[in-house]
Amino acid sequence: MTTLPTSTQKKLGLVIDLDTCVGCHACVVSCKGWNTENYGAPLSDQKPYGGDPSGTFLNRVHSYEVQPDEGAAQLIHFPKSCLHCEDAPCVTVCPTGASYKRVEDGIVLVNEQDCIGCGLCAWACPYGAREMDAAEKVMKKCTLCVDRIYNENLPEEDRQPACVRTCPSGARHFGDLGDENSDVSILVAERGGFDLMPEMGTKPVNQYLPPRPKDTMEEFDILAPYLEPVAKDAGGFLGWLDKALDKLPGNSAGGAN
Amino acid sequence: MHPAPSIILFTTLSGFGFGLLTFLGLGMPNYTGFIAFVFFAIAYVLAVGGLLFSTFHLGHPERALKAFSQWRSSWLSREGICAVGALIVMAIYGVGRVFFAQHWGIIGGIGAILSLLTVYTTSMIYAQLKTVPRWNMPLTSPLFMALAITGGALLAAQVKIAIFMLIFSAIIQVAYWVMGDGRLAASGTNMETATGLGHIGKVKAFEPPHTGTNYLMREFIHVVGRKHAMKLRTIALVLGFVLPVIFLLLPFGHIFALFAVLCHIAGIFTSRWLFFAQAEHVVGLYYGKR
Amino acid sequence: MPKDQPTLDLSPHVSDEVRKTTCYMCACRCGINVHMKEGKVAYIEGNKDHPVNKGVLCAKGSAGIMQVNAPSRLKAPLKRVGPRGSGEFEEISWEEALTIATDWLAPIRAENPEKLAFFTGRDQSQSFTSFWAQHFGTPNYAAHGGFCSVNMAAAGIYTMGGAFWEFGQPDWDHTKLFMLFGVAEDHDSNPIKMGIGKIKARGARVIGVNPIRTGYNAVADDWVGITPGTDGLFILALVHELMKAGKIDLEYLAQYTNAPVLVDSETGLLMRDEAGKELVIDRNTGKLTPFDQKGVRPDLSATHRHAGITHKPVFHLMAERYMSEEYAPEAVAERCGIPAERIRGIANEIARVAFEESFELDQEWTDFRGEKHEKMTGRPVSFHSMRGISAHSNGFQTCRSLHVLQILLGTVEVPGGFRFKPPYPKPATIHPKPHYGVTPGKPLDGPHLGFVHGPDDLALKPDGTAARIDKAFTWDNPMSAHGMMHMVISNAHAGDPYKIDTLFMYMANMAWNSSMNTRGVIDMLTDKNEETGEYVIPRIIYSDAYSSEMVAYADLILPDTTYLERHDCISLLDRPICEADAAADAIRWPVIEPDRDVRGFQSVLCELGARLDLPGFINEDGSQKYADYADYITNHIRKPGIGPLAGWRMGENSLQNGRGEANEAQLDAYIENGGFFVEHIPEGANYYKPWNMAYQEWAVGMGIIDKPEPYLFQLYVEPMRKFQRAAEGHGDRQPPEHLRERVKATMDPLPIWYEPFEDSAVDVDEYPVHALTQRPMAMYHSWGSQNAWLRQIHGHNPLYLPTNLMEKHGLKDEDWATVSSTHGSITVPVMEMAALNANTVWTWNAIGKRKGAWALEEDAPEVTKGFLLNHLIHELMPPKGDGLRWSNSDPITGQAAWFDLRVKIEKAANPPSESQPAMPPIKSPVPAGPKELKWKLGQ
Repeated sequence: MTTLPTSTQKKLGLVIDLDTCVGCHACVVSCKGWNTENYGAPLSDQKPYGGDPSGTFLNRVHSYEVQPDEGAAQLIHFPKSCLHCEDAPCVTVCPTGASYKRVEDGIVLVNEQDCIGCGLCAWACPYGAREMDAAEKVMKKCTLCVDRIYNENLPEEDRQPACVRTCPSGARHFGDLGDENSDVSILVAERGGFDLMPEMGTKPVNQYLPPRPKDTMEEFDILAPYLEPVAKDAGGFLGWLDKALDKLPGNSAGGAN
Repeated sequence: MHPAPSIILFTTLSGFGFGLLTFLGLGMPNYTGFIAFVFFAIAYVLAVGGLLFSTFHLGHPERALKAFSQWRSSWLSREGICAVGALIVMAIYGVGRVFFAQHWGIIGGIGAILSLLTVYTTSMIYAQLKTVPRWNMPLTSPLFMALAITGGALLAAQVKIAIFMLIFSAIIQVAYWVMGDGRLAASGTNMETATGLGHIGKVKAFEPPHTGTNYLMREFIHVVGRKHAMKLRTIALVLGFVLPVIFLLLPFGHIFALFAVLCHIAGIFTSRWLFFAQAEHVVGLYYGKR
Repeated sequence: MPKDQPTLDLSPHVSDEVRKTTCYMCACRCGINVHMKEGKVAYIEGNKDHPVNKGVLCAKGSAGIMQVNAPSRLKAPLKRVGPRGSGEFEEISWEEALTIATDWLAPIRAENPEKLAFFTGRDQSQSFTSFWAQHFGTPNYAAHGGFCSVNMAAAGIYTMGGAFWEFGQPDWDHTKLFMLFGVAEDHDSNPIKMGIGKIKARGARVIGVNPIRTGYNAVADDWVGITPGTDGLFILALVHELMKAGKIDLEYLAQYTNAPVLVDSETGLLMRDEAGKELVIDRNTGKLTPFDQKGVRPDLSATHRHAGITHKPVFHLMAERYMSEEYAPEAVAERCGIPAERIRGIANEIARVAFEESFELDQEWTDFRGEKHEKMTGRPVSFHSMRGISAHSNGFQTCRSLHVLQILLGTVEVPGGFRFKPPYPKPATIHPKPHYGVTPGKPLDGPHLGFVHGPDDLALKPDGTAARIDKAFTWDNPMSAHGMMHMVISNAHAGDPYKIDTLFMYMANMAWNSSMNTRGVIDMLTDKNEETGEYVIPRIIYSDAYSSEMVAYADLILPDTTYLERHDCISLLDRPICEADAAADAIRWPVIEPDRDVRGFQSVLCELGARLDLPGFINEDGSQKYADYADYITNHIRKPGIGPLAGWRMGENSLQNGRGEANEAQLDAYIENGGFFVEHIPEGANYYKPWNMAYQEWAVGMGIIDKPEPYLFQLYVEPMRKFQRAAEGHGDRQPPEHLRERVKATMDPLPIWYEPFEDSAVDVDEYPVHALTQRPMAMYHSWGSQNAWLRQIHGHNPLYLPTNLMEKHGLKDEDWATVSSTHGSITVPVMEMAALNANTVWTWNAIGKRKGAWALEEDAPEVTKGFLLNHLIHELMPPKGDGLRWSNSDPITGQAAWFDLRVKIEKAANPPSESQPAMPPIKSPVPAGPKELKWKLGQ
């Protein structure tokens, strides 16, 4: 059913920390691996060894250069997958009901048996979260690893999306953003998490944490507070040294022999 | 947006078809029998042909029936329902015209309304998309409707209406282009809102996620369209509107009328190609492209 | 469940079985869970229990499934039938292949074993391959360290008994300031990412020093876009500022380093007692005394006057050198490309964190002097670095500078600082020395590689020429601890120091991305002697799992397995996977069986060794000793009680770890445990390891060392002084005249900085721009391009130019530019990058591929748009007109100076259709891959 639920019991989603993402693509490939083997059709690759290799991926890492008014340009890695929007336009445009938002947890899914491959949901998504699989001709998208997070065949600690489990720098967090006391909600509140393209009115569940301010270290013309010289030259330094050594625990006065 | 031939053919041809059906439903031209049959045949070939072309765009056309289910939320589903409704109602009306020389006014009227509604629902598939600011604006539906009526008038040989509509549509078409050009900027969506990094400084795309291409880039990023936009707009205007008006103003003759129709169709194809090729999907911003 | 939502199976079957082994998609050696369905690989994820990656896995690791099904996998042994480089082969049986190899190698061993050069590339079995080479009897063995990061490793070992990565790691739990130098994106890949994530979550500061702001440098809080090759100068400016402010750990320096050791002012050698112990002045008594006596307070300040001569401690020499204005921030700022104010700001921050945020752990420990310490003092500043600062001709001294900086701060092996991983710390003095004693038909007289301690240890023949084909351990590069793989082909082709007969290589793509001067190396491999018509390098045997560019240039191919089809051991004898708190090793085992006629290379060496009657590979009756590598891993005894794997060894009554006899069920025990073994270091033994008796005793118990070996950190490296002294005219072994001045200048026992050689060898006005490569996190060397998933991420590599150079040359993104060095030129696509040193260009390494290799189609972007910077770099410096071959490497270790490269840039007026130089295609020895992949086992 492509009308959206008026509310969902949970708002499961991801919190992505742009301050620590090093752009390693680990999430991209673990997602590809899990979702090729699991939910629905495999994520196919066309011309995998040819001139224009191209495949279906549910998660991709962009990178942006940001030039502040002053100081060096910054490079920011930017993973992007389905944001499981509360007001998901991809769902309402679907003519067949294949796209839907789960009432239990707000995950947006495609029921591949019902998908006619019209592509309109991908057109409606501002984030590029949906990709039509060129082999299977159905729409593929992030499932938030719905076949992992409740999977009783997996150890409890592994019941999280593949991208979160694999992220080496801990830049991806998974949880219920509808619960203001959840770890992810607290993180979003503390770090000022934000929506992508808020003006689209999609109310994304996934949140992004901004990079912390960079290149803020103080510079010093002459007098640095912790660098007050003990001596001007090597000779003076050795004089200081002798006194400093005296002050070390267990040391009595020494001297030249 | 990628100007997919199947969608251009679909929207253009079905626009003409349903435009013609609208006129036929209103009893214009007032023929019966074989001549009526010819008009209806042309209308159905265009409308149904267009719909068939649209299925080429589908990954799984065999599941197309499922598309009638979601009329409560989906304009695409509504379009399907309206189109089928229009075709059925107009078929009944057509039977009356062709075989019984009857003008069943109420049925024709309903058919005409459904035909126009079909065009409207088609237009709303595009106009509803906030992701494509050039489509998501007040003139998209009027443009589709005006062009359908214009085409319908031409095909229905309603010369006066056609001349009026050609001029009227041309104005809407130009207004659509002018307004459309400012839509992306006016939408407030840009790389800064897309990435949320605008508070740091000016954002520029660096490495794309993959060095190769992907579905999104193929579907949503079409730089070629904009390169030749001005040239193509001129061609669309001249072919689609200026020449047909001139041909229709010349002393009436079937040959000139045919020229007018053919020019108009060619012009509308060009316009429709531009409608897609020039449309910028906001996803392109993530790739630093439009 | 709402009625219009489909019913989902939320607990689908995940896999039939999980097999746990060790990744080999790069050199990081993470633990992986291989999920199996129907006996095939369905999914790969990180192993949560594994000490290296603790469950996480990078892009390469997760893409392992595409490596195991790659169409580039070699299928059977191959014999060359066309000319070298043509790619014309015929498939042969293993029997035929091994017979050919035996027929080639047996006469060499009988007559002159040095005619075999056996070099292994990204080999993780060096303790095994070197054992084989040693028993063969050739002196010509090494792995790839010489062109990778030997400067870092050797500088670390000579200075403090270890360096980064396998040697040690930051104390991620306590560090508050982490400073990262140079390119390190695939070295210790996952642990560094995990560490950065961990400390950033805690609010610690990360400073990245790198001309390029990508990867770790992109997430660094502060980015220092230094000019390539000037890191040493920058570090010594920090040393200058910190010393001048007295922000150094005097107690640490006095107790644990040779800062207080007296230097004989006549010889520059350290003063020692009769037993060879370094002498210090005891601040308690004012008397000369060996450094290690109980109760001694070594004096950093006092001098010793004897026979009218004053002898100063090392620390005096350091003060005199580094307090000099030569190292003041203002003096170095322009060369480093870092404003003096910024340098001072960084020094200030280091001083603040090291001394104002120091802390104590409530943990008793006892040092080697027998003194008990109530607490452990933390200095929460840590450093990491790898090839970025190593791969310069001043790399060794730069790495030394970095290690000295850490030591001055007192932040090595203390809480919050840098910590060693077993089997390190291990001072240079307890490593072997290089061995090169060749006897026909007999093993070499000892291990090939090691650490020299003076001119007497050089690998020179009686006539003074090099004993080794790569000229390691000669006056050209005396401390070349890892050998010099990058010189082998060049030297063998030139017959300098001698000709060889057979070149035997493993996993080293020398005909492409693993060589400087790729075109030249290809020519050397195919060059024929005009008179005899023979190839100048007569025979080449090569082992690789994949259809790499090198395959076409070998005469005999021994196809290796993929990493999921083989046994391996990641051994404490080699490059283990230990943690700062634990000793650990690991295995690989065949989680799937090969579907081709291929064999693990190490198993092949077991059989080849037996066919060649190598002692160590045959039983007393002459039969083959190890059936395969698994047999060797289980049963090989390196020295009493010590074998390749430390876990589950056979004790007298029960299984034990560390020392013990072979255990037939050892591999099963590893498999049962998830493919690895961990033994934790006891509390109280896990910091101050070089001096902590609890650690020393634990290490002896584990078989890591034979007896406690506490030692002093070598701020002053005496062996360097010995070489320098020889160059000054002392001793019987002195450098040849052409090297005398260079040895004198570069072998300084205290860190110095000098300009990279290329800067003085080329006209920097004509070639003003630095050119670098980096390895992307999602690719490893050349391997990634055969991987259907990874090559979509990095299918080609633009040359990145800073904004100012783009503007200067009128370039736009995707334009083409010609980049030239004194050696060659390439024409390639360019892209703009703002976060880049203004005088540096760079690209991703080893993305460019040769047509016909790696089972890629000929229009692959790796071929048409990808490129190598290697074409611009020569293994030799431009001729100086003296008739000599000066290598493009560090004069101390011989490390290839990849990053010294200087280039000029011009816009390409007529963009070519493919990156230039475009080489002709080679015929693929394997069939092309499929046109579409839909990889799914379960339905």
